[in-house]
Amino acid sequence: MIPHTAPSALTVSAMTRRFDVSAPWLNRVIERKPRLFVRAVDDVSFEVPKGGCLSLVGESGCGKSTVARLVTGLYAPSEGSIAFAPGPDGRPLSVQMIFQDPYASLNPRWRVFDIIAEPLRELKLRETEVEIADRVAELLKTVGLTASDGRKFPHEFSGGQRQRISIARALASEPDFLVCDEPTSALDVSVQAQILNLMRRLQDEMGLTYLFISHDMSVVRHMSDQIAVMYLGRIVEQAPTEVLFAHPRHPYTQLLLETIPNVTAPRRDREPQAGEVPSPLKPPSGCTFHPRCPQSDSRCSAERPEMTTMPDGSRVACHRVEEMMARMA
Amino acid sequence: MTEQPTLDVRNLRVEFPGRHGTVTALDDVSLTIRPGEILGVVGESGAGKSMTGLAVQRLLEPPGHIAGGEVWLNGRRIDQLPEPQMEKIRGREIGAIFQDPLTSLNPLFSVGRQLVETIRLHSDLSKPAARARAVDLLAEVGIPAPAERVDHFPHQFSGGMRQRVVIALALAARPRLVIADEPTTALDVSIQAQITALLRKLCKDHGTAVMLVTHDMGVIAETADRVAVMYAGRLVEIGPVAEVVARPSHPYTRGLMGSIPTLGARVPRLAQIDGAMPRLDAIPTGCAFNPRCPLVQDRCRRDRPDLRPMGAGLAACWIDPAAAATETAA
Repeated sequence: MIPHTAPSALTVSAMTRRFDVSAPWLNRVIERKPRLFVRAVDDVSFEVPKGGCLSLVGESGCGKSTVARLVTGLYAPSEGSIAFAPGPDGRPLSVQMIFQDPYASLNPRWRVFDIIAEPLRELKLRETEVEIADRVAELLKTVGLTASDGRKFPHEFSGGQRQRISIARALASEPDFLVCDEPTSALDVSVQAQILNLMRRLQDEMGLTYLFISHDMSVVRHMSDQIAVMYLGRIVEQAPTEVLFAHPRHPYTQLLLETIPNVTAPRRDREPQAGEVPSPLKPPSGCTFHPRCPQSDSRCSAERPEMTTMPDGSRVACHRVEEMMARMA
Repeated sequence: MTEQPTLDVRNLRVEFPGRHGTVTALDDVSLTIRPGEILGVVGESGAGKSMTGLAVQRLLEPPGHIAGGEVWLNGRRIDQLPEPQMEKIRGREIGAIFQDPLTSLNPLFSVGRQLVETIRLHSDLSKPAARARAVDLLAEVGIPAPAERVDHFPHQFSGGMRQRVVIALALAARPRLVIADEPTTALDVSIQAQITALLRKLCKDHGTAVMLVTHDMGVIAETADRVAVMYAGRLVEIGPVAEVVARPSHPYTRGLMGSIPTLGARVPRLAQIDGAMPRLDAIPTGCAFNPRCPLVQDRCRRDRPDLRPMGAGLAACWIDPAAAATETAA
């Protein structure tokens, strides 16, 4: 586990991203509708320590993939800032991304060799074709494929092998920081284990820093040092992995952990939790989780909770936790 | 076991003839489901789990066809019935729940109209009676304010609520068998738990037999009574769910269980099964799992194992689990 004192590789502060989802201009004029914005990411702050792995978890529509795209610069933040620490050469750490669907993220008309060689050519990381060929072969071996696989096309590979190719492509530009957006959710479990093991090994060997996005709590637990739980665009709880699983404090985190089907200790009598994620277009007032929360009161629907830092390093945005801390102090 | 099973599949074989030869998608699959029982069918993509559900309903995409074996529903053989009779069985005796609740509902009609159509097709209720029954069904699957919601269109429901509507449709004619193909895969975990609890309740209340097809071992462990594990179109293990999860007999099931990250103790490295499932047109001779099996012997490459009693269930493996355990320990 990476100690909290490790220098941070990435610092995100008060980042917000709004999307314009208004009806077309003519409809707005005729139907007298106002412009409509959705805050996909709302005032999110976190740090990723160097060589560590921070995971963002949450249900669909909570904004976790938007954070991934903001961090890699595919979207610009509407407010707030994203800062990478300077690397050894004084320039900011370089970042690469691994995408969810290995069937959509590789060009079907390119040979694997060209897919992996493109970053090398584009960024002029190798001078001659011979050097490029050597580097591609090395990358293919690193991810558990063979040099001769470079001559094939993506369709000749299975889903797990394709994900290895996209990892090789991401590693080609020698990044310090990898953003992984649901890298295994399109894969079968036995293949998922291969990819997760590979990612852990690469992290140990190359000292990579990961920002890992997933909806699967058990995958996240396996991969990360720190976990941030998102709900409707906000981080509701962030804690070191073991702390989060031992003492989930936010009622939403508790609900998430409660409802995961467990293979090793199945609970067949579980009482399902009622309620669903509200539309991010009209988020509830105050704490956005209050309509589903068993512990909510009038304060929760009126006032938005701030992050409270706990002695064991977890941060929670919940009035109940804050009140409990105040009583103890 | 004097009770007649609701569904009895015997040595089912499904083939897809093609230009480059015939592909065997299902090979010698036998299973039974008793009334009120949930049988989980689990496997990786392409293992044939959905195919099993489709073959039972005779919904195979041509040129796929049942090339051997028998399907018995409530003591009646249905795999050779002419299509018009089969149409009467679908919906009335076999209910189907598919993965994506958005594509299994017609976006142009209100859910009430779709329910009434299904109810009236399978019974002689009048329109108002069928509508009242539709409202009852929506209430039964846990949709709030059903009398109002019955007139809403599918897009006005959330994903979880839509899946409840699909379940109501599947139950409209009170079928004895429900085939649910990945019913929770498109849903978030907190909603998934609601849907599996609903399936369990309906199964218990009405004595419906359920075939639950999914890739998620967690869902199976918490929902099913028995589980059938499939690999490359074949059944490799079948048995009581608690036993199969805790003490898997087949090396593939063992590998599958080991590769699932758990919420319990954190391990530095997950157990992994190297390689991938063979393509259906290139299944190795003998046991289909032999190229990936850690315990492979000469016999596994030569002869195909049949299901035989192992542990609390049946498994198709030549190697005795007790002997294998001592071998691994040594």
